[in-house]
Amino acid sequence: MNAPLIGHNKPLLEKAYRIRRTALQMGKVQGQGYIAQALDVADILAVAYFHAMNHKPDDPAWEGRDRFYLSIGHYAIALYAALIEAGVIAREEIENYGGDDSMLPMSGMAHYTPGMEITGGSLGQGLTVAVGACLALKRKKSKSFIYNLLSDGELGEGSTWEAAMSAAHWKLDNLIAIVDINNQQADGPSSNVLSSEPVDAKFRAFGWHTQRVNGNDMDALVAAFDAARNYDGAAPRVLVCDTLMGKGVPFLEAREKNHFIRVETDEWDKAIAMLDAEFGK
Amino acid sequence: MSLHKKIFAKADPTQPKLKTSAMIASIAGADQRTKAAPFGHALVELAKSRPDIVGLTADLAKYTDLHIFAQAYPDRFYQMGMAEQLLMGAAAGFAREGFVPFATTYAVFASRRAYDFICMAIAEESLPVKIVCALPGLTTGYGPSHQATEDLAIFRGLPNMTIVDPCDALDIEQATPAIVAHEGPVYMRLLRGNVPLVLDEYDYKFELGKAKMLREGSDVLFISSGLMTMRALEAAKKIEADRIDAAVLHCPTIKPLDVATIVKACSKPGRVVCVAENHTTNGGLGEAIAGALMRAGVHPSFRQIALPDEFLDAGALPTLHDRYGLSTEAICAAVKSWR
Repeated sequence: MNAPLIGHNKPLLEKAYRIRRTALQMGKVQGQGYIAQALDVADILAVAYFHAMNHKPDDPAWEGRDRFYLSIGHYAIALYAALIEAGVIAREEIENYGGDDSMLPMSGMAHYTPGMEITGGSLGQGLTVAVGACLALKRKKSKSFIYNLLSDGELGEGSTWEAAMSAAHWKLDNLIAIVDINNQQADGPSSNVLSSEPVDAKFRAFGWHTQRVNGNDMDALVAAFDAARNYDGAAPRVLVCDTLMGKGVPFLEAREKNHFIRVETDEWDKAIAMLDAEFGK
Repeated sequence: MSLHKKIFAKADPTQPKLKTSAMIASIAGADQRTKAAPFGHALVELAKSRPDIVGLTADLAKYTDLHIFAQAYPDRFYQMGMAEQLLMGAAAGFAREGFVPFATTYAVFASRRAYDFICMAIAEESLPVKIVCALPGLTTGYGPSHQATEDLAIFRGLPNMTIVDPCDALDIEQATPAIVAHEGPVYMRLLRGNVPLVLDEYDYKFELGKAKMLREGSDVLFISSGLMTMRALEAAKKIEADRIDAAVLHCPTIKPLDVATIVKACSKPGRVVCVAENHTTNGGLGEAIAGALMRAGVHPSFRQIALPDEFLDAGALPTLHDRYGLSTEAICAAVKSWR
């Protein structure tokens, strides 16, 4: 079930739909991609880019911007879609996704793509870089926040917990981590590979302000993003978001769960059509 | 079956056994002139005019001389705790926001534990993080956990990384501003505490990327970096008595290598080229130079004075430098054996 189209968050549902659709178009170009993750995280990105963050699409290096750190480089297809919808990246680039000399490589890298703040891909690094950048922003007396998107599988990397301890030690109230809990990683369900639950309790024990929300419920996400930003305690904040892989395309939601989901050649258009139907287009 | 498999080296029964295998061992000879904490003081001086410099460490400020900076600029010093991956990631974060961070720890921890962070968060984007590490090569008797015998091999493989191995206090003082003036990431091997002062007796100035001839000689050409330059200079003086005339080319920048100067020096006929390095034979200055000479078509008689491809013993540092061939006496004996 999709969240109901209610109230003031209705425009964000439209944005999330557009992010999903653009990601599927990129997947179609390559014939592959981490599309199940892109579909699960689209609502989170819609709230980040069209509600929570200060940024200027025509000036992605604007000093006053909030920074979005993508630790999980393989989610780049989703972030590119968000950046295209935000107007940071030209829509024509969809056709070049993952190709030779493309500004949109399969795994996100900072010097390839405007709006891509860090080079992710080697998981467990993003939060450590975010700690340094948050300390640096405080040195500069900046009011900017750093949003760092992690995944549940990534929590297996011990460096994430070095950073989690450090962020609380330094009282980094300008750091908002978002953990996408889709319970899937390369070798299977995260709960089987290496249990990280209870994720929110772990962060709380480390000294973080924590919230656990349905990452595919727009109203809940908006409230959680607002609460994280507005919390007045001197602590880093984390949104632990439970999401559904393939969200928004029923046959992908139902497909056997895989880190790298199987999509047949003729299924991309079908997926786009189903998504359009779901959102009443 | 015993789990204790260590076979002890045969000690010379005529020599007293040295007793200290302490982590912090001085490389200064008893009668050598020294300067205290040259890196720490140089960084403090530089930071006066560079407000963008910050210092980060992983619970080793005192042991990397960064405590001098911390005392002078407490609000620009960040104690990151015993977490080297975090240290390097956080340094990258500071660099992203326009700062020039110095990140200090021991060479083993930077090169072994934090390598992926240095590779992907720092070097891949050529961020201006200056990684300064104590206990390079064999400079502690504490054993393999703290002996970074392969750090140069590890970092030589890393694109964008500049590698510096200074010889003495003067070299460190001059290299510190030079690595800040350089825009990209740098790995600098650090001698800390009371550091010998040697190069002020020579017409020498540190220049990043340059090898400098400290003395000429017609029989042997030592090419060396780090503390081995000091040892090569001492050895060159001693073997004069054996009528061996040795040149010493100091090569403190390991990468990028000053190929032009090295090839020119090695092209002079009749000299044995001997690379002396505080590092395993594998992948350090010796092999870097050997490769450069092969590519240049220059084929002198070539020797390496370096550490063996082994996990080294614990023990007193002078004992170990003798055992593994890095002491002045060991160098002299090696050179004489080539005649």
